[in-house]
Amino acid sequence: MKNIPYLVVGILFGIIFVKAEVISWFRIQEMFRLQSFHMYGVIGSAVATGMLSVFIIKKFNIKTLSGEKIEIQPKTFKKGQIYGGLLFGLGWAITGACPGPLFAQIGTGVTVIIITLLSAIVGTWCYGYFKDKLPE
Amino acid sequence: MNLLDLIKQPWPWYIAGPLIGLTVPVLLLIGNKAFGISSSMRHICAMCLPANITFFKYDWKKESWNLFFVFGIFLGGVIAASFLTDPKPIQVAPELASDLAHYGVTDYSNLVPTDLFSWESLFTLRGFILMVVGGFLVGFGTRWAGGCTSGHAIMGLSNLQWPSLVATICFMIGGFIMANLLLPFILAL
Repeated sequence: MKNIPYLVVGILFGIIFVKAEVISWFRIQEMFRLQSFHMYGVIGSAVATGMLSVFIIKKFNIKTLSGEKIEIQPKTFKKGQIYGGLLFGLGWAITGACPGPLFAQIGTGVTVIIITLLSAIVGTWCYGYFKDKLPE
Repeated sequence: MNLLDLIKQPWPWYIAGPLIGLTVPVLLLIGNKAFGISSSMRHICAMCLPANITFFKYDWKKESWNLFFVFGIFLGGVIAASFLTDPKPIQVAPELASDLAHYGVTDYSNLVPTDLFSWESLFTLRGFILMVVGGFLVGFGTRWAGGCTSGHAIMGLSNLQWPSLVATICFMIGGFIMANLLLPFILAL
């Protein structure tokens, strides 16, 4: 039951994804071909809103609803952010979807994207399998 | 025009972007959770096929909120497609449309071009690369990078983490290379 709020946030998030067309392969092509401002506007204003929110949370030491102190794990730099980042970028432009939109695309009825998602899960598994042999 | 008709139209970036950004504080406030989506695929591996791999040996049940979250995204897609669809075809930049027409992409009735992504095309070389190879790169790449657009570009940048900026720049470089230099060859297959 404690997970129900996350389900609800996910549903709202999925609706926004579809209605703003960020799950569209066409919008992703426009972004990478610099043919439309839409995706830059979406990502840019999302980051600005997130930054302002995190700033306010830290500044006023806002607690969670259950009164816990809010803690955000810092990200440490690894070379994987470069190599993996480039590989993900290639995949993003091919599939027209990052992981979130894949779930929403399946929801809109494009059932074949289940294959893309399964392949992404296989990719995740393979990373785990080869992790120790790759530059971190 | 009533409210439902308004909602059914495509939402502009200045409505959608801030709403997406608000996911960051909402998840922090309801349970101290860092926004991130690609981790869900790691949890699915840990749940279904950990295969004694160290990377998948952890208590995924503690992260089950993330699986509820992505299942919600799926349901959101179902709801939007069932009740909130806009009957008009998707509007794209004219340069993109004329370019895609060369590759036989002419159907703009769906956000995902069904000329490219369908069960029939899955068994062609082009479809295999678009769906299977593309998906593999998304899964392998995000895990190696330690996050995707949500975890690095939105959550990481919101928290002013410079490694996330490096990752985001690399996502964009990869995307520019693929969309402009490599994808035309794949689409021509």
